[in-house]
Amino acid sequence: MESPKPNSRRNKLIGLIVAVVLVGLWVYSVQDWHQIWKIVSAPDNVPIVAMLFLVPFFTWLGVKQAKSNDNLIVELEGDAKLAKTHHRKVEPWRPGWAKELHVWPYLVRVEFLAAVIVTVILYVWSIALNAPLEEPANPNLTMNPSKAPWYFLGLQEMLVYFDPWIAGVVMPSIIMIGLMVFPYVDSNPLGNGYYTLRQRRFAVNMFSWGFLMWILLIVIGTFIRGPGWIWFWPGQTWDHNTVVFDRNRDLHEILGVTPENFANHLSLLPWVRGIFGFLVVSGFFILGGLFFHWLMRKGPFRFSYLISPKRFWAWAKLPDPFELKLLANTSILQYMTFQFFAVSVLLAMPVKLFLRLVFTIKYVWVTPWFNV
Amino acid sequence: MADQKDQKETQQLTGEKANVGLVERAKETAAALKDRALEEAKDYKDPQQTQVWKSIFRVSHQRSDPRNRSLAILSNVFLHLHPAKINRDAVRYQYTWGMGGITFYLFIVLTFTGVLLMFYYHPTKIQAFADILYLEHDVPFGKLLRNMHRWAAHLMVITTWLHMFRVVLTGSYKKPREFNWCVGVVLLVLTLLLSFTGYLLPDDQLGFWAVTVGTNMARATPMFGNEGPFGPQLGLTPYNDVRFGLLGGSIVDANALLRAYIWHCIGIPLVASIFMAVHFWRIRKDGGISGPAPVMLESEMRPPKKK
Ligand code: HEM
Repeated sequence: MESPKPNSRRNKLIGLIVAVVLVGLWVYSVQDWHQIWKIVSAPDNVPIVAMLFLVPFFTWLGVKQAKSNDNLIVELEGDAKLAKTHHRKVEPWRPGWAKELHVWPYLVRVEFLAAVIVTVILYVWSIALNAPLEEPANPNLTMNPSKAPWYFLGLQEMLVYFDPWIAGVVMPSIIMIGLMVFPYVDSNPLGNGYYTLRQRRFAVNMFSWGFLMWILLIVIGTFIRGPGWIWFWPGQTWDHNTVVFDRNRDLHEILGVTPENFANHLSLLPWVRGIFGFLVVSGFFILGGLFFHWLMRKGPFRFSYLISPKRFWAWAKLPDPFELKLLANTSILQYMTFQFFAVSVLLAMPVKLFLRLVFTIKYVWVTPWFNV
Repeated sequence: MADQKDQKETQQLTGEKANVGLVERAKETAAALKDRALEEAKDYKDPQQTQVWKSIFRVSHQRSDPRNRSLAILSNVFLHLHPAKINRDAVRYQYTWGMGGITFYLFIVLTFTGVLLMFYYHPTKIQAFADILYLEHDVPFGKLLRNMHRWAAHLMVITTWLHMFRVVLTGSYKKPREFNWCVGVVLLVLTLLLSFTGYLLPDDQLGFWAVTVGTNMARATPMFGNEGPFGPQLGLTPYNDVRFGLLGGSIVDANALLRAYIWHCIGIPLVASIFMAVHFWRIRKDGGISGPAPVMLESEMRPPKKK
């Protein structure tokens, strides 16, 4: 078993200080506490506020169990004799104990207790907070901002980055199909039925990445988007008269594929644009594929790599033998399927978000029929 | 002669003596009845021995007998979803977090409160909003009912996500549970759709605009929407595309309300129940809850089998 290194203590302390400073800066910059309270205390937003606590809590609960299993795994990997005799769980075990328990009463009573607790929570919640009810529906009076329920705000926020046919139809379909193929592309036989990070680093991280991104979009949609779906930092007043002058350029315009430069061949312009965009998107898929190919062969990442370029390079260059073994286990079809979903959702989403928010780029591929 | 014999038999059966007074006889009968009633009442002290009980539960549940603990589960239509015995560590809440079970319980709560709400709600443009006001202000516990339906729905979305998260962390989607994971994904979609269709029903600004924004995206469906890629080329207009089909019109109006209502109260719950039945059935067929399983070691990993 590894004992905590003095370094990890120090890192934790640094992390804590950074977090406190950031929160302090934010608190200092808040202009309008009332606005924050209005958003946070809206009864329909309570669930997403709860999620902000529930997700870290359950992540902690899972990671805690994963860590203790991982410690056991390391111990058993190093001791073949013990591995033969050990019952292979962190839960206590003594010879003579029954491996199975009667469902009645040992499970049924837990279920009953859970039902009682959930019922109590629901009663308290329903007595304390009222379901919202606005004015009667009125097609002539637009709500501003008009927001979907919180669990759909991820989709609504995606509308900023993609046209509706992608954000509203293609992306959700790809996400759902991607979730369904997940078990079929994860060829790793280890970690079936117990918490572990060590044996399933890449799979767990990929899923968590998607999950967190989804929550992040919802958080942006809930706490940051105000009237006109304009970006208001938490603490800024939602000013209904705010106008944002987005330059909204397309990528090809920045790179000179513009009417001025094609004055003599205007009829060619849509073709050039289309081919340009096609190349950009293809290039993105190739680079994205290479990125995931690189990432999936890496060993565990440590935060200290961020402050030590030398160690970072050592990590970035060398593949991890265990991950290579897993990769060898994966069929080409599984690999390609994973790449497709990873690049078109896990990577495309943050990349487009970045292009849009930082470079105000609207489209990277413009054709007469659709824009991406 | 025959008469006398009959009389004698009757006397023997009832224990009466021919030449005792009427009152005496009544007293004796009463005492005998009382004894008998007391005797029989002893049996009722244990309700489990009564005919009614046995007819309902079919088998004896002597608590001390381990066989009966199994029978308690196996012979009960609600509990027989469970196996009789499970992995001793699976009863720890840390493993599953109870999330799937809680999700299911919330579905039951929603069905219950939803049916009660249906007693007061009419899916028409004239009545819907007024019905909600009526529920809030006049129906006894109407406000509590509406709140509980609303918050249970939100909670169900949360618990479904967390349940999925747990399944990922424990690798429970792996062989042989891949298909059940897919059933789960469908359940997730259905849960979200249930929430979404319910949002319109109060017919207020909140629901109206949320559904307007949501269904506007359907306009842009490739090939099926009038504003989507290749939609216009395929002859789609606002009056024949997929959005029109969802709303029963080109705007969110009376038909949309009725459709949302029917999907919300009948269509989706029915489909979701079927998928849940399959979900639970598959859990059993796949060998019960996946763990906590003994850990496998890297050194024990075998190369994939060649067929
Ligand atoms: C309406 C929604 C759902 C209900 C009511 C439900 C219910 C349940 C229940 C009661 C269990 C037993 C174990 C536990 O409590 O965790 C379970 C297991 C399982 N669920 Fe769900 N579930 C739902 C959605 C999902 C989703 C969204 C997924 C994944 C995408 C999923 C995948 C699974 C899998 C793979 C198992 C087996 C886990 C194991 O054996 O450890 N379910 N579900």
